Amino acid sequence: MQKLLIIGATSAIAKATARRFASQGAHIYLLARDAARLADLAADLTVRGAASAHVATLDANAIAEYPSVLNTAIQTLGGIDIVLIAHGTLSNQNACEQDINLTLQEFTTNALSVIALLTHLANYCEQQQHGTLAVISSVAGDRGRQSNYIYGTAKGAVSIFLQGLRNRLHKHGVHVLTIKPGFVNTPMTAAFKKGILWAEPDTIAAGIVMAIEKQRDVVYLPFWWRYILLIIRAIPERLFKRLSL
Amino acid sequence: MKSYLSPLTTLQGFGRYPQQQGYIYTPLSTRECQDHLPNLTMPCITQGMGRSYGDSALAEHVINTQQLDALLAFNPATGQLRCNAGVTLAELLSVFVPKGWFLPITPGTQFVTVGGAIASDVHGKNHHHDGCFSECVASLEVLLADGDTLTCSRSQHAELFHSTCGGMGLTGIILTATLHLKPIQSTAIMQTTLKARHLTEALDLFASQDQATYSVAWIDCLAQGKSLGRSLLMLGEHESGGTLHTVKSSNVSVPFDMPHLLLNRYSIRAFNTLYYARIRGQSVQQRVHYQPFFYPLDRIQHWNRLYGRNGFVQYQLVLPQDAGKEGLHTILRHIAASGRGSFLAVLKALGAENNNLLSFPLKGYTLALDFKLTPDLLPFLDELDARVLDFHGRIYLAKDARMKASVFKRSYPRWEMFQAIRAQYGSLGRFASLQSRRLGLD
Ligand SMILES: Cc1cc2nc3c(=O)[nH]c(=O)nc-3n(C[C@H](O)[C@H](O)[C@H](O)COP(=O)(O)OP(=O)(O)OC[C@H]3O[C@@H](n4cnc5c(N)ncnc54)[C@H](O)[C@@H]3O)c2cc1C
Ligand SMILES: NC(=O)c1ccc[n+]([C@@H]2O[C@H](COP(=O)([O-])OP(=O)(O)OC[C@H]3O[C@@H](n4cnc5c(N)ncnc54)[C@H](OP(=O)(O)O)[C@@H]3O)[C@@H](O)[C@H]2O)c1
Repeated sequence: MQKLLIIGATSAIAKATARRFASQGAHIYLLARDAARLADLAADLTVRGAASAHVATLDANAIAEYPSVLNTAIQTLGGIDIVLIAHGTLSNQNACEQDINLTLQEFTTNALSVIALLTHLANYCEQQQHGTLAVISSVAGDRGRQSNYIYGTAKGAVSIFLQGLRNRLHKHGVHVLTIKPGFVNTPMTAAFKKGILWAEPDTIAAGIVMAIEKQRDVVYLPFWWRYILLIIRAIPERLFKRLSL
Repeated sequence: MKSYLSPLTTLQGFGRYPQQQGYIYTPLSTRECQDHLPNLTMPCITQGMGRSYGDSALAEHVINTQQLDALLAFNPATGQLRCNAGVTLAELLSVFVPKGWFLPITPGTQFVTVGGAIASDVHGKNHHHDGCFSECVASLEVLLADGDTLTCSRSQHAELFHSTCGGMGLTGIILTATLHLKPIQSTAIMQTTLKARHLTEALDLFASQDQATYSVAWIDCLAQGKSLGRSLLMLGEHESGGTLHTVKSSNVSVPFDMPHLLLNRYSIRAFNTLYYARIRGQSVQQRVHYQPFFYPLDRIQHWNRLYGRNGFVQYQLVLPQDAGKEGLHTILRHIAASGRGSFLAVLKALGAENNNLLSFPLKGYTLALDFKLTPDLLPFLDELDARVLDFHGRIYLAKDARMKASVFKRSYPRWEMFQAIRAQYGSLGRFASLQSRRLGLD
């Protein structure tokens, strides 16, 4: 049975993904910061068929705690087949522009914490010579836009870090997956008006499970975001800077 | 980010009438819900999937349960399940059907929450044998206005249990429920369709086919004269052989509001005639999957758009057994003469009334019809109400969008007891919907 570690497990996308793995009978270890929701989720995954569901609390910004928390997780699971990193915050762009500390904190949550986690976990997977490291980045990391470039910068950093990691770990049999969702209807985006481009978390979860199975490198979810981003990236900067995006 | 509040949104039920501007608060955990409630300065109402047709889940401040969707414990030896109230019946089926379990009671759509099914005490095609949804509910955890959570059942805080089941969200917020599922061997249903040439024959068939586990009739409400009430009666039995596969049915969607004039008495009459003629013999047997049997409309997403932008009203009445035949004739004649028709009008024989104070079913017959909203519809429905009262019947609150308080109070005689229990549990003035205000349940 697969051994799955999820960081940011209370995220709507992570929850939907965990449910899919639970129904396949996986062993699952959940890390997030809200203990009450973690406990409910663990019970839920067990009812759905998980072979085991363990939880521990972790604030992604408490980087000093990583070694002990991750070691306990790995020991409890008895190794790792799949890691999913899902936590994140949709930064308030305007507020960040006025507040350096907030900007740095957002960057820590969305980029540095992910890099720190992967530094531990990549070394572990490299040593065991297998495993999947699946990380939720975002289409927002593909090009900087005035409306959310703090968040976009962090996601872009994660995407580039993952490229390097993939290149390094490929020869060790470790699969690195970059997940780039478009607009997803989750608590993170509650304040937005939803339209035709929006997907449900379970649609994204299905795509994540499939991409892990097929050992894909980079996936846009739903898939057509690849083409939207192709166009957005193709616009010359000379023109792009004049657009209000 | 913690629980979140939506921007000011136009809220509407499944019939898309009436509308209300409001904020939707979506707690991410039962704990957040408990923290939120005592601090709220205005009355609120709980919302599940918003599949009630009228205004029962509409208010300025709505608490949505969609994120309270955990399955908490399941005992495969007994089929007992404990889950949060925001879990949908569709989700329960997708998890438990492959394990050989089914819902003992299910309404005609699986896109409702457990909380919504309890709050409306919904009934299904087996009501004549198995009663309302509350029959499969062992206990509930209800969050009261002061932030306390009480466990209630038939033996513990029984008065809270009997006013919360069927209580339209007016006692408190159901956070979790303990239910009993029923074992099945197969996902197939043996469906028998019988033809009834008129209403009397349909009612006779309900009586002679009473042993069937599931029964419901589609009725042509535009047929007149000798054909008044012609129907197709559909019976169903769970199959014992076969597999437990859930099908991922391919869905179709109504992409936008249909033009006003598309649904009119001619198109509906043509549809009904074709639908009736579809079954040629006296009786046709087919093995079908449970999804099309129980949820024929779930495949068509947004079918409510067929009625156009102004929406529609669903009108579901029940008449007691002894008044049934005469009453249904009178009411059907009135509807047929008005030329207002409804796709898929439904007739069903119901079993006995239960102890829940506002539950709808009575031993007798229920008729459910959709009416497109037109300026003269509301006075017409008031006329129908008067006839329903004449025959000692009542209107289903889960469908209601317009009944007058006086009609409600005459036909739900236990409403005063309901209000007294709400007062006892501190719910008055704290839980209120557009519907409760309209019905005088302040
Ligand atoms: C196509 C279709 C077919 C249907 N067929 C049937 C049928 O065959 N039989 C039948 O009985 N009904 C039927 N219904 C009606 C439907 O089952 C009920 O309206 C049901 O209550 C809807 O559940 P919901 O989760 O959408 O709740 P909502 O519509 O969101 O809310 C309905 C009521 O429940 C209350 N409520 C919801 N959740 C909670 C909670 N957690 N705690 C307290 N109160 C709560 C709300 O306040 C409101 O008063 C049908 C509806 C549709 C659209
Ligand atoms: N929704 C979208 O449109 C979209 C699009 C592209 C990419 N994404 C990415 O998808 C991922 C999942 O997000 P989602 O859409 O599922 O939203 P979500 O449900 O709001 O999930 C975000 C999760 O991140 C957690 N989190 C935030 N800060 C944390 C911290 N310091 N420590 C630990 N956990 C923390 C939150 O935990 P708490 O509940 O405890 O706060 C929450 O569980 C995120 O990386 C997001 O950037 C989302």
